[in-house]
Amino acid sequence: MSAPPSGPGWSTRIHDDDLVLVLNQDWTQTDFQASDLDTTQALLTERKWNTIRFDSSGMRLWGSSLLVFLSALRRVAKRQQIRFDESALPAPARALLGLIPDVVPAMTTPTAKVGRIERIGVSVLDAWAETLSTMTLIGEIVLRTGAALRGRTRMRASDLMTAMTNAGVAALPVVALVNILVGGIIAFVGALELRRFGADIYIANLVGFAEVREMAPIMTAIVMSGRTGSAYAAEIATMQGTEELDALRVIGISVDEYLVLPRVTALSFMMPLLNLYAAAIGILGGFLVAILMLHISAQTFMEQVRSAVGLTEIAYAILKSIAFGAWIGIVSCRIGLRAGRSSSDVGHAATTASVAGIVGVIVLDALFAICANSLNI
Amino acid sequence: MTQQAAAPKIRVRNLSVGYDGNLVQERVSFDVKAGSIFAIMGVSGTGKSTILRAMIGLLRPSAGDICFDDVNYWSLSDAKREEGGRRFGMLFQGAALWSSMSAAENVGLPLQMFTKLPAASIDALVQVKLSLVGLDSGRDSMPSTLSGGMRQRVGLARALSLDPEILFLDEPSAGLDPISSKRFDDLICELRDGFGVTVVMVSHELPSLFGICDDGVFLDAKTKTAIGHGAPQSLRDHCEDPTVHAFMTRGIPAGEAAKPAEAAATTGATDGGP
Repeated sequence: MSAPPSGPGWSTRIHDDDLVLVLNQDWTQTDFQASDLDTTQALLTERKWNTIRFDSSGMRLWGSSLLVFLSALRRVAKRQQIRFDESALPAPARALLGLIPDVVPAMTTPTAKVGRIERIGVSVLDAWAETLSTMTLIGEIVLRTGAALRGRTRMRASDLMTAMTNAGVAALPVVALVNILVGGIIAFVGALELRRFGADIYIANLVGFAEVREMAPIMTAIVMSGRTGSAYAAEIATMQGTEELDALRVIGISVDEYLVLPRVTALSFMMPLLNLYAAAIGILGGFLVAILMLHISAQTFMEQVRSAVGLTEIAYAILKSIAFGAWIGIVSCRIGLRAGRSSSDVGHAATTASVAGIVGVIVLDALFAICANSLNI
Repeated sequence: MTQQAAAPKIRVRNLSVGYDGNLVQERVSFDVKAGSIFAIMGVSGTGKSTILRAMIGLLRPSAGDICFDDVNYWSLSDAKREEGGRRFGMLFQGAALWSSMSAAENVGLPLQMFTKLPAASIDALVQVKLSLVGLDSGRDSMPSTLSGGMRQRVGLARALSLDPEILFLDEPSAGLDPISSKRFDDLICELRDGFGVTVVMVSHELPSLFGICDDGVFLDAKTKTAIGHGAPQSLRDHCEDPTVHAFMTRGIPAGEAAKPAEAAATTGATDGGP
């Protein structure tokens, strides 16, 4: 008979038709070799054994790797109808081994086959349901705002004030930073082209017109969507996870009125104010670039801006920013309300809200541009 | 409160509840007597909390009726049901305090919303409710700074804020140490005796169940329905269903008897088993 096979931590001895596995050394997780399993399994299948026994007198430390080794052996032994005599193993190891099932349970993956057409159908239905509930939310908010204007609301003044502070004063620094840079950039870009025609002076018109009509509303909305919109979504989604929303619903406080209304109102109200501020700061950015680098006099700049920007432009921008504010508020709250209950759902809600806010604002802006164009504003 | 002997406070008949068409409990029926402390029992994942959510109006049942004082709750219009819900107080698992508000504001919000009381009266009421639960000092703390037991107490004070007729508790002593848990149980008893509220609690804490509950229902995960009715004590002593018996005696049901190897190694853990 050839030399009995062995591996790290184990060797074999043969008694007639019995195979004795001698376990020596330490069996710890750190030096576990999955290839050992193949060797022993090959050993068990190569001839017809009667019993497999163990000698664990030389074994000192053991851990999970021993259990992996033994349970794999036991599985093969069962398949080959070899008696598995575990009596010589340490009692705790035997007890733990008893917990491991002989057959590896097949992973229960309910793979209900969903056809392509069914998937399309489901997603259309989902989209329709989502549109309906967003519409309901918008309707609800409009009705509640109406009621609030007539003084019949459960919205607390303190909540509205907090929301306004968060969406207003607290946003001033970042809105200012973004817009002063944008104003400066417009002045630079314009200067490069206009200077070729000797039309430097029209930098002021460009900056004033672009800032008031387009850049200030849209940059402010983008900043607010990333800053406030995602915060709303994350906050409401977290409240979902901690059952705070359920606690409101149980005592009959309308989540729409109590949480959504103050936020949407605050954003729709603060957005035009932020927009005016942003436009002024943007023009200041352009002004600084114009007088410091292009050497246009301050007075001329202001004169040109005044001639370029009329009340119509300002009114148009204010109207737009109210729409942007309402959109960001409603969409982010809606995303927060439909979020799941886990922490990853909160992150997902925040991301989705800022993306939906920004994309929506740009789409809205395009619609406004089309309308303004056909109305010759 | 006078004891109404005949009519139960809550009557649940053939109630089936579940999510997305998967029913977790089917055809469950039970009565809750006025002034009792009623336990909804069962192993984890049986749908105890789901039944509770249907009772407090958060989840529309798939079938069956829930009647409060003989009024079918889910056949009411949304507005009426919401109004009816103000007769309930609910303590969520982990309290679910509104994290942006202090303890006092949490307790005061329902009063602010649904009463026309002046601020000073609300303040006084809040103070009383907080003292009832033993929290006179922590009124201005934010929920995040409170310990688990204190949060649970504020949650109870909030549930009591509108002087409810029925108090629902979802695993009130989960995560509390034995002493806080006992204190909390005593508090519930005192509130029941004092205000005459009816208490419905979901729990699987045996000491609480034996200590304070005088009636209950046992839900089973396998048969998806109620398999035992009565006070936890009498279920322990008289119910012959192996699952109920095992639950009440902290054993392992006969059908799932330990495997030989396991049994040999774990003698002692199964004492009192079937």
